[in-house]
Amino acid sequence: MKEVPLQTEVKSAKRIKVSSLAKTRKRSDYFWAYLMIAPTMLGLFIFYLWPIVQNFYFSFTEWGAFGQYEWTGLDNYKRLLEDATLLQAFKNTSIYIIFTVPIGIFLSIIVAVLLNQNIKGKSIYRTLYFLPVITMPAAIAMVWKWLYNADYGMFNYLLSLARIEGPQWVSDPNIALYSIIAVAIWSGIGYNMVIFLSGLQGIPKMYYEAAEIDGAGPVTVFFKITLPLLSPVIFFVSIMSLIGAFQVFDLIFMMIGKSSTALESTQSIVYLFYQHAFVLNDKGYAAAIAVLLLAVILIITAIQMVLQKKWVHYD
Amino acid sequence: MKKWIIMLVTVVLGLIGLSGCSDSDAASGGEKDGKVEITYGFWDKKQVPAIEEIIKLFNEKYPDIKVKTEITPYGQYFQKLETAATGGALPDVLWMNGAHVVQYAEGKVILPLSEMAEKDDYSLDNYPESLIDLYTVDGDIYGIPKDYDTTGLWYNKKIFDEAGVSYPDETWDWEKLKEAAKQLTDKEKGIWGYAALMGNQGGYYDFIWQNDGYIISKDSKSVGFDQPEAIEALEYNVSFIKEGLSPTQAQMTETAASELFSSGKIAMMFDGPWMVPEYKKNPDLDVAVVPQGKKRAVSIHGLSNVISSNTKHKEEAWKFLQFLGSKEAAEVYAKTGTVIPAFNGTQDAWKESVPNLNLQAFIDGAEYSVPLPSVENTGEIWQYETDVLKKAWSEEISIEEAAEELTKKANEALSK
Repeated sequence: MKEVPLQTEVKSAKRIKVSSLAKTRKRSDYFWAYLMIAPTMLGLFIFYLWPIVQNFYFSFTEWGAFGQYEWTGLDNYKRLLEDATLLQAFKNTSIYIIFTVPIGIFLSIIVAVLLNQNIKGKSIYRTLYFLPVITMPAAIAMVWKWLYNADYGMFNYLLSLARIEGPQWVSDPNIALYSIIAVAIWSGIGYNMVIFLSGLQGIPKMYYEAAEIDGAGPVTVFFKITLPLLSPVIFFVSIMSLIGAFQVFDLIFMMIGKSSTALESTQSIVYLFYQHAFVLNDKGYAAAIAVLLLAVILIITAIQMVLQKKWVHYD
Repeated sequence: MKKWIIMLVTVVLGLIGLSGCSDSDAASGGEKDGKVEITYGFWDKKQVPAIEEIIKLFNEKYPDIKVKTEITPYGQYFQKLETAATGGALPDVLWMNGAHVVQYAEGKVILPLSEMAEKDDYSLDNYPESLIDLYTVDGDIYGIPKDYDTTGLWYNKKIFDEAGVSYPDETWDWEKLKEAAKQLTDKEKGIWGYAALMGNQGGYYDFIWQNDGYIISKDSKSVGFDQPEAIEALEYNVSFIKEGLSPTQAQMTETAASELFSSGKIAMMFDGPWMVPEYKKNPDLDVAVVPQGKKRAVSIHGLSNVISSNTKHKEEAWKFLQFLGSKEAAEVYAKTGTVIPAFNGTQDAWKESVPNLNLQAFIDGAEYSVPLPSVENTGEIWQYETDVLKKAWSEEISIEEAAEELTKKANEALSK
């Protein structure tokens, strides 16, 4: 391993002596550094890495009651290939991702750019957009469920004033998923907006000044300066949102009833995982679903990492 | 390399530190100044006052047994129990329901009580027979009944009066129920005559039994959903929706039928005694026995108290269990009016806790009641019922198709 020379070494005349001193000091530095991060590392090992290893092992087992399990080899994975419900869940999750991620990022960039201007009461607006993020997902889901209620909800009441018979937002299998997507986008804007705002504030003013002198209009400035310089942040947000979207569960769990007619057309991969692990007590198969999901997320993130070279500008 | 070693050492050191913390936990449940402490696990917060009073009475008799309560909300109760049972950390005494008793008994995580009951001359005749049946697995009793619930036909007197229909009584049968539902339905006012719920207890199970059908065969090897009696009963249920006499399945998932009923949008529906605290707020509501089909039948379910196999204080747990099943404890429950106590003869006090409702209907039902069937995979079968029957309830597929699909899936679960 290459050792970066310490400043003291460069300054000192007696190089050798000091460098050996620096070495011992470095070792004790390492010790303290690792001691400091030990609690976090522990958490990572116990609550993340070890469960992943165990989950992988359990995906080759079949579970009975009370923690008894037996090795069944690739049985669970064979089942995965034949499971039509899983295919449907992948389809649902894909639709969810295709809509929530790009639209969510697009809208939050717009909001961030607008709230980055010097307008009156911008901190109030920023707070308002951020409110859904600090609200519990369960509470959000409950409120939207009432708004969406086909017989007594506000949306259909407003539509009825215009003499339109509103749809069954969360019960119609053709509409329910899109109703959930709308809530997901709405509740996600605030979080991404804050990240984009900090990204925007990191763009040096001189570029804008230079563009202004050259006579560029606001639209040109946005596409030629803001967007390229924001691209590392956009990349970060798109990776995080994609991973988050793959794991969607709470909104669906809360908004779609267990006996709802729209459940099949809305349930996500993680919802299916929950069903198998905790309702049907089929933990081995659930573990296999989790492994599959992990693999898919890894592959897609890797593809994103490769593609970023084509569009992300670091300065 | 060295960095890795140091890192590993820190992780290991941290682990040792952590495990040091958790040791103290295991000590609870042990003996403290000659006193034995046992834990009592349950889920219903509403019953805490009654349970605390019972523990107080118990301690007057046995001052040396301290009882610690442990509440887990129902949504997580059985998930938590399963994990606790796997790790041998179940509470000493705990609540059990009919859907899980077979699984827990066959998994040997709860204790059979017959031997102890015989030794102490503890009589099981004090409880409704169907409840004793529910908690008997392979000839051994595992739980002492605590309370029970049957189903009644709740109705809205105001809607009946306005439509000029006489109130339901014990003479009602399927035909009369349908006829009344037709008379009570008022599309313009947005009132439905009846709510055809897609639920098993107090729903299609009751109708199937009334029609001489069965849910699970006596040998627990097959289900009876595809039998003509069951299909007829399911069709009768769904016919209310088809004829516009009941809200649709989608409407009832979006707005709970009980909410529609208590706000006067539904004239009649099946529901249990657990709704008494809610429905008694509306003076228009009352309750009658459920109508009869070919015969009288209503599902009964009740909770029981069981002892876990991992208890270190079997004697003390058994003493507490006997007390929980005693007349004294039942009377405390009756007084608070939350549940129907299972001990025969103590139900009157419960009935009188809400005098303006005909609560006798629930007690009458116990005579001809049928316990909810319980097998090792009850939970799985219930899941399939919901998955498949909802398609029939929302008229996506016919009753015959649903019955066939459900029977196939449930039989597969039974053969596991």
